[in-house]
Amino acid sequence: MILQVKGLTKRFGGLTAVFDVTFDIPEGQILGLIGPNGAGKTTLFNCINGVYAPEEGRVIFRGQDMTGWKPYRVARLGLARTHQIVKPLSELTAKQNVMVGACFGREEHSLAGAAKIADEVLEFVGLFERAEQLAGNLNVAQKKRLELARALASRPYLLLLDEVLAGLNISEITTMLEIIRKIRDQGITILMIEHVMHAIMNVSERILVMDFGELIAKGTPEEIANNERVIEAYLGDPKLAARLMQQNDQQGMEVYDDTGNS
Amino acid sequence: MKNWRNHLGLLIPVLSIVGIAIGVRITGNPATREVFFTVLKAIALASSLNIILGYTGYVSFAHIVFFGLGGYVGFYFMSVRGWSLWLAMLMGGLAAGALAFLLGRAILHLRGAYFALATIGVNAAMQAFINNFEPFGGPIGMTLNFQVYQQYGGAAKALEMTFYVLVVLTLIVVMVSYLVKTSKFGLGLLAIREDEDAAEVMGVAAPNAKTWAYVISAILPGIVGALFFFKNGNIEPHDAFPLASSIEMIVMVMLGGQGTVLGPILGATVYQRMRGSLLTSAIFKNIQLSVAGALLLLIVLFVPAGVVGWLRNRFPKLRRVLQ
Repeated sequence: MILQVKGLTKRFGGLTAVFDVTFDIPEGQILGLIGPNGAGKTTLFNCINGVYAPEEGRVIFRGQDMTGWKPYRVARLGLARTHQIVKPLSELTAKQNVMVGACFGREEHSLAGAAKIADEVLEFVGLFERAEQLAGNLNVAQKKRLELARALASRPYLLLLDEVLAGLNISEITTMLEIIRKIRDQGITILMIEHVMHAIMNVSERILVMDFGELIAKGTPEEIANNERVIEAYLGDPKLAARLMQQNDQQGMEVYDDTGNS
Repeated sequence: MKNWRNHLGLLIPVLSIVGIAIGVRITGNPATREVFFTVLKAIALASSLNIILGYTGYVSFAHIVFFGLGGYVGFYFMSVRGWSLWLAMLMGGLAAGALAFLLGRAILHLRGAYFALATIGVNAAMQAFINNFEPFGGPIGMTLNFQVYQQYGGAAKALEMTFYVLVVLTLIVVMVSYLVKTSKFGLGLLAIREDEDAAEVMGVAAPNAKTWAYVISAILPGIVGALFFFKNGNIEPHDAFPLASSIEMIVMVMLGGQGTVLGPILGATVYQRMRGSLLTSAIFKNIQLSVAGALLLLIVLFVPAGVVGWLRNRFPKLRRVLQ
């Protein structure tokens, strides 16, 4: 198990954003995390990578209990993440953005080493031509790829992806999914939050479902799509699940948001 | 310096300072030397401030405190303990660095406007403290015995020497500024400036990086302070901690271009020369500070990147030369 989360609870005043969440991630898998807006998915990410300190529970990464560690210590252990709302270092070039990841991430490269890695990673995510552009001048799809490139440049063991597909058009989603699979094939474990249902059903080995801060289901995409609690709490419409599965088989590319409206 | 072309950005800053020194040497005019003493002092202070303001993105309204404290500590060791200027400068720098370290630990976790406000408090608190601190002469301050200058070949020689010492110090500031900017440490600072949360998620240990940036930006002003008040011969609280100078330093950095090596040099030179002519003009002599305020307003509104930043954006090919 590369990551073990045990009984994690995070409260903001009277609001319990994450309650008693427990799960494991086996190495080398893509694990999907779905749930309605406000279910606590991003808060869970923030508790795992140290942006928030949880009130209760433990986060164990590669055997190291890192509960409550600062994000920069977590990053150096080899856990990288992207943000739902992109956070480009706007006045730096795309390449400098990626170099920050390489310099201060797990392998802590020198500037020269980081420059090399930045070139490789930018090539990998398809931003090589934009290397010298200021990050603030990239478009949304490019900024999403830049987030991913920065995370990859740190050579993480585990990658947390927070809605990397949101806001992308259909062909951009296809490209991004290919990139995500390639990352998994390099041996990097992935935990990803996603609202684009067909995509997450398609790409994940297992799926976790959250609702009102609690984990309400775990299982394979088929199990999740047929889980009554999920259908009731999340999809709202039992027939939608069947339709989604069908589309999955047909490799359909229609995009559904979390409420199930197309 | 394996490949000198990679270091073209250091060329213009170093040449301009060496140029000032040579120019003053050639004219041999003490009045010109005094004018450029203030210019070099402004360059050294502005370039130091740039490390925390321009690179790290934290607005410090208290930077003159490090200059004043360094001046006081250095002066104390020279006048009361009879130490040499060199040791006094060292002590001034150390004192300023130590204060920055403690302040960094205490207030650098504040973000944005809150940090700026806290630094204003520091400026006021330091002035009040020195005003009441008897070993430093309280409100009267301290005066250097004229005899002290004898070990440096008399007052005139000592005065001339301070100029060349300042040239060396300014060169050091500019090189440190360049080295910080082009180092891995500097990349971390730039990341903090752009988005501190994102930087931390990528592994930048922001609390430490910010504190060290603050310490580096404080040491040289402390050393320059000791040198300045040695030359001045006396030191008083209102001379050592003028809040207005903190603001003028910010104007210099913003005018030339925050976050660039050359910017503070250009900004300090232009501002200091402009200040000189305003102070001697009949209309502006009493309101020269309001000109600084208006200037800052115009920069922030129309050229937030400053002159060098604007040139870099306008002509990307110049980036290698205009660091």
